[in-house]
Amino acid sequence: MKDSSHRESEDHPNPEFILTIEDLNKSFDGFKVINDLNFYMDKGELRTIIGPNGAGKSTLLDLITGRIRPDKGTIEFGPDDKHDLTKLKEFEINRLGIGRKFQTPSIYAEHTVYDNLLLSLEGSRGVFASLFYKETEEHRERIHEVLKTVRLEERKGEFAGALSHGQKQWLEIGMLLAQNPELLLVDEPAAGMTDEETERTGELLLSLEGKHSIIVIEHDMEFIRQIARKVTVLHQGSVLKEGKVDEVQADPKVVEVYLGRKHSQEHLEAEEKKAAEAETLAASDS
Amino acid sequence: MQNSLWKNKDLISMAIFFVAIAVIIPILNSTPADSALHVSNFNLNLWGKYICYAALAITLNMLWGYTGLLCLGQCLFFALGGYAMGMYLMLMIGELGAYKSTLPDFMVFLGYKELPAHWEPFYNFWFASGAVLWVPGLVALIFGFLAFRSRIKGVYFSIMTQALTYAACLLFFRNDFTFGGNNGFTDFKFILGHSLSEPATQRGLFIASGIFLALCFFINWWLNRTKFGKVQQAIRDSENRVRFSGYSTESFKLFIFVLSAILAAIAGALYVPQVGIINPEEMKPAKSLEVVVWVAVGGRATLWGPIIGAVFVNALKSWATYHYPDSWLIILGVLFVLVVLFLPGGIISIPERIKSIIQRFRKPQTKPEIAEPAETLEA
Repeated sequence: MKDSSHRESEDHPNPEFILTIEDLNKSFDGFKVINDLNFYMDKGELRTIIGPNGAGKSTLLDLITGRIRPDKGTIEFGPDDKHDLTKLKEFEINRLGIGRKFQTPSIYAEHTVYDNLLLSLEGSRGVFASLFYKETEEHRERIHEVLKTVRLEERKGEFAGALSHGQKQWLEIGMLLAQNPELLLVDEPAAGMTDEETERTGELLLSLEGKHSIIVIEHDMEFIRQIARKVTVLHQGSVLKEGKVDEVQADPKVVEVYLGRKHSQEHLEAEEKKAAEAETLAASDS
Repeated sequence: MQNSLWKNKDLISMAIFFVAIAVIIPILNSTPADSALHVSNFNLNLWGKYICYAALAITLNMLWGYTGLLCLGQCLFFALGGYAMGMYLMLMIGELGAYKSTLPDFMVFLGYKELPAHWEPFYNFWFASGAVLWVPGLVALIFGFLAFRSRIKGVYFSIMTQALTYAACLLFFRNDFTFGGNNGFTDFKFILGHSLSEPATQRGLFIASGIFLALCFFINWWLNRTKFGKVQQAIRDSENRVRFSGYSTESFKLFIFVLSAILAAIAGALYVPQVGIINPEEMKPAKSLEVVVWVAVGGRATLWGPIIGAVFVNALKSWATYHYPDSWLIILGVLFVLVVLFLPGGIISIPERIKSIIQRFRKPQTKPEIAEPAETLEA
């Protein structure tokens, strides 16, 4: 373990950051997807990341979770012991307490809803530990707690493949909760959901605020307005703007990258909504 | 726990099946030849072979059916086990070979002056049995480690396993590889001091094969009940999710790959003394493809499917190669295509199919049960 005291020097102004990303760079075939990105996040914060397609949002999550390696830069996790995530494998990063929800729901279709959560619980994740694993009362309670949170109690015995799209999304969020991670990375949770489901998802995420630190990537502006505290706008692989929803929306630079050209203030609302809708549609298609 | 074990339907049917094959058939074989219930030596031998194939099919099903790893080189491990046992059997021939030498016949024929050093310990049955386990296990460990670490999966994994068995096949075809070249090993005489031409020895081998098949079945059954088995199937359905749930999927895949290689090798070691020959033909990619067909025909990712498929296809093969020797491969191909198109669940799914057809005729007005997401949303 690294000594955390020297971390309080001037290049790390706040030791309470749960996630510290500095000078991050990643290119694919010479194209810079992530470009000198700096990103800091407080413990317990609910942060939304937005940005046009190709801004590097999902790549950023891939880098944090160890799916791909950066060309340059650091990603440090944890307010107490700083762990350098750029050197760890996916499962090791996950065991540190970082859970990720994928854009398209990825669940175990041929397991029951209950077993999906059972497999997501922390602990006994080695080969031999899982061979001789015995379900305890504590685990059962924990699973039921999660089932209640994501409102899937009624369907715990069914195969996860039989759930509706929205329920699959919730189940995956539930699987993240069962891991009890410190940091949740949620990639487009509302994609392909009905309005009502979207609102429920927003409530669910808001209820987790404070208990976990959460990063949400989203396109749906309605949804962002519902949940967002602090918004980070990514553009061409670096942070364009950070601030409250209204501030960000009013920023002319953000408007420009989002819509491709300058707009007068009164047309903004309508246009933005259309763009967001189109993007959600595109996202749910993919 | 003991109680719930014996309440399990699969375990009871396995026990019955196991008793039937491992006890009753050898008993019937030892009845007088004119008895109505007599099982001939030929049939005993034939079924002993089927049992080894069934065990081989179970090991492939562990990989393909339950973990989603389509291994097209399972016969490599089967043959390696067979070769290790074959080396012991070759040395047990002693001076009874065609050349009346202490060296195995092929070595005399190829002009060897003395036994190669790595053959020496195979005079010991237990050393050979050990080699049956660790040689294929080590091959699987090294190959699996490299393949899984490099994230080779899907069709690439299948192609690599096929290439591996083909490479091994070419290697074993070479005379200077000291394993008999294209003739392999044959003409075995004794195992543990018993003559292989004695019906009693063959009965013993048959019983051993039956017990081993039951063991494979039990391991498969037990794995399915553990969290390991659930992780295995989760890897098949969504490996990324498993990885991002804190599991090292590489370790899980490596464990099951090595386990299935070792079990396949034991099946091979039991097979060789019963059929009396082992040569590089067994490592040809086509052999491993046949195993895939057995599993698909019987029913993939089921406990009984591989056993049913292996016995059914091989019984069909015995019949067809006798009556229509030229058309066997065509029959096999058509069978595979028909199963894939019309019976994706394999033979084992036929009762379910019939049941659902009958139900459809009885109540044509009822809708099929599907998930009703809207309702639970409002709940």
